[in-house]
Amino acid sequence: MGGFPILSAVVFLPLIGALIIMGVRTATAGSFSKEEAGKDNRAALLAGMIISGATFIASVAAFLTFDSNASGYQLVEHYAWYGAVTYKVGVDGLSMPLILLTTFLTPICLLASWNSIHTRVTEYVVAFLILETFMLGVFAALDIVLFYIFFEAGLIPMFLIIGIWGGKEKIYAAFKFFLYTLLGSLLMLVAVVYMFQAAGSSDIEVLEKFAFAPEVQTWLWLAFAASFAVKLPMWPVHTWLPDAHVQAPTAGSVILAGVLLKMGGYGFLRFSLPMFPDASHLFQPAMFALAVIAIVYTSLVAWRQTDMKKLIAYSSVAHMGFVTLGIFSFNEVGVQGAIFQMLSHGLISGALFLIVGVVYDRMHTREIAAYGGLVNRMPVYATLFMLFTMANVGLPGTSGFIGEILTMVGGFQASTWAAAGAALGVIFSAVYMLTLYRRTVFGEITNPKLEGIRDMSMIELVCIVPLALLTLLFGVAPNLIFHITEGATNRILSLMVGG
Amino acid sequence: MLDYTAMILAIGPELWLAAAGLVGVLLGALLKDRFNSLSFKYGALALFGAAALTLVFYQGGEAFGGLVRTNTFVNFAKFVSFSVGGFALIMSEGFLKRHDTIRYEYVLLTIFASLGMGIILSASDLMTLYMGIETLSLSSYVLAAFHRDSARSSEAGLKYFVLGALASGMLLYGASLVYGFSGTTSYAGIFTADTSIGLLFGMVMMIVGLAFKVSAAPMHVWTPDVYEGAPTPVGAFFATAPKMASMVVFANVMFTAFGNILDQWQMVISIIAGMSMLIGSFGALTQTNIKRLLGYSSIANMGYALVAVAAGRETGAGALLVFMTLYVISSLGLFAGVLAMRRRGGMVESIDELGGLMSTRPWLAIALSILIFSIAGLPPFGGFFGKWEVFNAGIQAGLMPLAIILVVASVVSLGYYLRVVKIMWFDEPKERFEPIDGSVTLTVLASAFVAGIVFLIFINALADWANTAALGLPS
Repeated sequence: MGGFPILSAVVFLPLIGALIIMGVRTATAGSFSKEEAGKDNRAALLAGMIISGATFIASVAAFLTFDSNASGYQLVEHYAWYGAVTYKVGVDGLSMPLILLTTFLTPICLLASWNSIHTRVTEYVVAFLILETFMLGVFAALDIVLFYIFFEAGLIPMFLIIGIWGGKEKIYAAFKFFLYTLLGSLLMLVAVVYMFQAAGSSDIEVLEKFAFAPEVQTWLWLAFAASFAVKLPMWPVHTWLPDAHVQAPTAGSVILAGVLLKMGGYGFLRFSLPMFPDASHLFQPAMFALAVIAIVYTSLVAWRQTDMKKLIAYSSVAHMGFVTLGIFSFNEVGVQGAIFQMLSHGLISGALFLIVGVVYDRMHTREIAAYGGLVNRMPVYATLFMLFTMANVGLPGTSGFIGEILTMVGGFQASTWAAAGAALGVIFSAVYMLTLYRRTVFGEITNPKLEGIRDMSMIELVCIVPLALLTLLFGVAPNLIFHITEGATNRILSLMVGG
Repeated sequence: MLDYTAMILAIGPELWLAAAGLVGVLLGALLKDRFNSLSFKYGALALFGAAALTLVFYQGGEAFGGLVRTNTFVNFAKFVSFSVGGFALIMSEGFLKRHDTIRYEYVLLTIFASLGMGIILSASDLMTLYMGIETLSLSSYVLAAFHRDSARSSEAGLKYFVLGALASGMLLYGASLVYGFSGTTSYAGIFTADTSIGLLFGMVMMIVGLAFKVSAAPMHVWTPDVYEGAPTPVGAFFATAPKMASMVVFANVMFTAFGNILDQWQMVISIIAGMSMLIGSFGALTQTNIKRLLGYSSIANMGYALVAVAAGRETGAGALLVFMTLYVISSLGLFAGVLAMRRRGGMVESIDELGGLMSTRPWLAIALSILIFSIAGLPPFGGFFGKWEVFNAGIQAGLMPLAIILVVASVVSLGYYLRVVKIMWFDEPKERFEPIDGSVTLTVLASAFVAGIVFLIFINALADWANTAALGLPS
């Protein structure tokens, strides 16, 4: 490789852009937080989109030099930093698609904020760009301390995004989000320090090959799981998610569901499985049980929601249950399915939050009861909503189906009961999604305020249509993803056996 | 016959400070009020000069027949203490001017307090240690009560004095017990003395006295009151330079005088550390005054630092220097932030007064947020590595319970740190603060930049320097 450090460029491009925006705003307005006319706000959003768009292009360029057939880490950059802690980044088939997902969703998020964010826009853009750097850093880091730094640093911009631009209960939600995640992260820090001392290195490649004693593995595994389970989130530590989702602005929800939740699954695959194989086997039944509870229980909870965003948030928890199921099946089908499900859920749930955002921007309510008969006024919206409803249910032809079926097949090989329980969740997901769709889109218009509602604008279409196309594309041609993830999956599984 | 070369090599900076202080007294007597404003430049020169001299005589030496012995470990602490002391002095000028209390005595007391810090750091004998502590303490008592017309300031001074005198008495009592049972007052002699119950008793009394100086629980009660009552720039000074010096002295005494009976005091220090972390972080949760909050936060942070002390010399010494350096830089910046809280001609101290700072003074809000996250040890800011070092040392020394308490205290402390951030970023904007002194703005921005960002990227330089310095400790 050598040459241009493309991966670092991808990771830090948004941060540099954020600093430039802050600098320009300070230079032009004296203070970049003054509430200016809409024009300046648009300029800030536009600048943010250009920067995140450039990041996306850079990540695609990185992807083009990525060899999907190789199984190890690629585009590795390794610099001395802090004693045994080094700055080491690299990607494999697991992290590459997640990086692309992140860079793909961020410009969409900023575009989706075009008409919905009116206050302190520059800060908003800066927070989003900084968050993007931290998210990319999480997926690119090949040093466990570097990973930890990015992992926890992401809390700060997300805290601000929820707390400043959120809904009524935003402060409560922001604190809950922050403290919940922090407690998990700090337990992970204890484990990180221990591993660092035991192995004498924080290099992930070294740690993967380091054999921790089985009884130590149990503790380390639990400490890591505390962090990842909160992040994923798994039942019963999911309660921060509905609050955070409901209160966050639309774009915040998209990035939360689309990327931040994936860090949990990524963490399990990157650390828990290859580094603590014995403990992973030990906890497999417990994880299966939690996954099934998450799928069944949160699906039922979702059914009873009256708030659209909360419903989708609970459906996220259920879908992350499939990811857990796939990861802990320890076979190729299941793990591939879990990675696929993470990507697919990133697209689908992101799109669903955008879809809720579309009507929320018009009506300023998320109550399901306030809607009904939208199909009469918004045919394009109804069509796209239908597509993503079906994708979330897991209809064949959409990417949702591939992820669910593969994780269930993988789970079935490991435990029939777990797969049977998860299958129940597929039925429930149809129940709550179709109920949501029927109550908002079909029927007669009962709420007089809906009479004059406009269909989707061009900007909204530009946000959602790419997600729709990708959902369909990966639904019919899942091999595009499997081709990339295959090498990494096999490598993780072989480390489990060899480790 | 005195060996002047050895003297200068060992305690050059202290000689410089003593001379500067005495010349300052003369200048004050000659120039009277004309010296008031000038004295701040004079004092900064004295302190930064002392910091520079510390670097010149960095390797240290021995003088007065072993009464003082310096090495890189203590010289590192001297350098940091004198430097932050200088910054704390520069930024106090505007405040004192506005409160009509700009007097050269303030500067001279700061210089003498710094001299005391230098002496305790150089001490290698209990006599010298006590002399230095008294020099530092007596200057501090007067500084705390510097606003003599203010009841709060006088109360702070008196409280500090009474409790401080008690602590000094304990220390002295412990020192005499140690002397009685070991037959010597020199650290090296105590190190090799036979362990006896009397020696241990004396040692614990000394720990009590030293714990008071660093405001570790359960000898912490004075801290919030003094931080709140003393004039803000004095608080800024107390929270930084003497904290660094006292903590390193604490470590120095434990490592060099009682280093071979680590197993005897590790538990004591661990309990003090654990209590400080918990009392500090839970105590801060309900505070509404920003200075009291910083007081409790410093108690918790001293607890973290004591984890490094409890870890022992090999693992803890370097970690302590890294942690304390990052802590005092952040602390200085936060107090500078408090100095900026001025509205309608007066100081405001309630945390709520920071409401909406992000809208009125965005750079101040960003810098303070970075400092808060840094002092909370949250990545990606430099302070994270301070905690990382301490954490690392604690786990390496097998102090698992302390590591767990550290985690719990960190989460709890985020509860109040986040509250400050929330008030600055989420709440409705309040009236804009009055224009801020240039030196204060500079201190806030510079310390946020250094503690938050420079030492994130170049943490290796600091850690290397600290770890090399720690090797200077006699083993």
